[in-house]
Amino acid sequence: MLQTALNALALGSVYALMAVGIGLVFGVMRLVNFAYGQLIMAGAFSLAVTSEHGWPDWASLLTCFAVVIALSLLMEVAVFRPLRNAPPATMLVATFAIAFLLQAIALMKFGSLGKVATIFPGLFDPVADSGRFATVRWVTVVAIACGVFAVVGLTVMLERTSVGLHMRAAAADFRTARLLGVNANRVITLAVVLSGVLAAAVSVILVIQTPLVVPSFALRDTIIVLVGVVVGGLDRLWTATLGGFSIGVATSIFTDKLPTDATVYVDSFVFLAVIAVLLLRPNGLFAPASARPVERA
Amino acid sequence: MNFANRLVGLVVPLLLVLAVTGLGSLASSSNEIYFLTALVDVVIVVGLYVFVGNSGVLSFGQMSFVAVGAFAAGLLTIPPGVKRNILPDLFPFLERHSTGNLVSLLLAAALGAVFALLVGLPLMRLSGLAAGIATFAVLGITHNVLLYYEKIGPGPGTMTSIPETTGLVQAMWGALVAIVVAWLYQLSRQGRLLRATREDAAVAQAVGVSVHRQRLWAFGLSGAICGFGGGLLVHQLGTITAEQVYLELTFLTLAMLVVGGTNSLLGAVVGALLVSGLDSFLVNAETGVHVLGLTVDVPTGASTVVLGALMALILVLRPSGITGGREARLPRWWPRRAEGAP
Repeated sequence: MLQTALNALALGSVYALMAVGIGLVFGVMRLVNFAYGQLIMAGAFSLAVTSEHGWPDWASLLTCFAVVIALSLLMEVAVFRPLRNAPPATMLVATFAIAFLLQAIALMKFGSLGKVATIFPGLFDPVADSGRFATVRWVTVVAIACGVFAVVGLTVMLERTSVGLHMRAAAADFRTARLLGVNANRVITLAVVLSGVLAAAVSVILVIQTPLVVPSFALRDTIIVLVGVVVGGLDRLWTATLGGFSIGVATSIFTDKLPTDATVYVDSFVFLAVIAVLLLRPNGLFAPASARPVERA
Repeated sequence: MNFANRLVGLVVPLLLVLAVTGLGSLASSSNEIYFLTALVDVVIVVGLYVFVGNSGVLSFGQMSFVAVGAFAAGLLTIPPGVKRNILPDLFPFLERHSTGNLVSLLLAAALGAVFALLVGLPLMRLSGLAAGIATFAVLGITHNVLLYYEKIGPGPGTMTSIPETTGLVQAMWGALVAIVVAWLYQLSRQGRLLRATREDAAVAQAVGVSVHRQRLWAFGLSGAICGFGGGLLVHQLGTITAEQVYLELTFLTLAMLVVGGTNSLLGAVVGALLVSGLDSFLVNAETGVHVLGLTVDVPTGASTVVLGALMALILVLRPSGITGGREARLPRWWPRRAEGAP
């Protein structure tokens, strides 16, 4: 029971981190970035390659962050910026194309068998192992701490700084915010960089949990989180984050509690729950009653 | 004049399909497969267009109808004796019965339609992102069940020994039928009502259009065409896995539609033929191809990279697709009667 709750909390935190990253970009650009998982994959591969060459852990960590942030900025400048006023379907399909592209590059460069990343192996050790009740690993603690830190840090930034104010204004109504003097490119760049930082953090956590990095690394997680943020409500950052967290918790609980011959159908159960929630609350599970629908003219 | 223009909107896509079929019949037998693939892609993308293009609601769920059609048509055409050996866990009635090619295609279409209507009944109340994600959830469930439930298919394995009956002529007929059906639908009252909801759902509702009902009709029709496309696909490949009708094909077909131009039948057909042709060409180029005296040689595995980059480039240059979402029309210099003439 305790173990189930802990697993759920850990997966929920990782998914919440991803949800914040996706939600930040959606807030300022109205863009659902499907290629987010491939950013995480790229970070994971950079960890694997650097650790294979025997770099110290801190150097791999820095490289990972640098690679992921550079890649997300590149995406912004090369594709998202030219498409800023395009129909949403076009933007979404463009992110598919990028996801496709990055995955194909990874497949070409590293093969389908992937690489093993050994970074901070000590973090996989248990903090406390009571044997009978639950095993807590350091990485779980780190994941939860990162999740809490990211949410608190972002809340402070959004509520207490002028950049945060600009971001919230841009998220509420981009055109009016621009008219009132918000520097659009700066706000968007900041959102993209922050979402890159979060992606890099997620790739470190995931790599410690599952050191084998393959081209489809984090793909399933990204799909589930994308579903989760919409279920939570994409219009606000905190509802999106809660959505990501809840779907992580739900997935983890289904995985632990379903009878063994039904565990292969975890995804079906999660998606059925998603459909049910969307039918009952199409604007998002946590959206306030006064919220407008997500669809905009 | 107006009707003549509409007719051109039908004839040009049909001619494109005939042209591709003609080229395919000239090609060597080893290259014929690329033309077949392109024609089957046309069927699936036209199916996608009937819903997405006319309603303006993005759907990822159409691939589940392709998957259901493909698995049903495949299962029903494997000879019963063979079926017992390769798929021992099937439900008895699935194991005992087998049908011919045409019946299996019609059944695939019917199953696609029924599945789409059942799913659409609750889901078509949603719109925007919620609709997209809900249809994605349907795809996730369909894939998950097909991947593990061995009473209705091969489970994680591969379904084999399916008769490869989709030849060039049959694929051509399939594409022609799909295009004509889509064209008739968009000319019909239902189609026009649905397009009214696409332009402005609130106003359409205010003049008495039931958004839910019109979307549901289109979803069902789209399900039928997609199921039919799945049937053609499985009879072209001869083998099928659950993975083949999941994410990658979903993205590829959606990309075809968007690259061509989401809002027009012409866009669906052009996008399918172009992206499919590009894909085949690039896969071929990995072993070296001669074009206009030049040898194009792409490193192994790079075809998907180039395809992804090209699709992103086309979208950046033409965000509303190659056709801009417009149908084919009579050229401007075409003699036309004065407006209002009898």
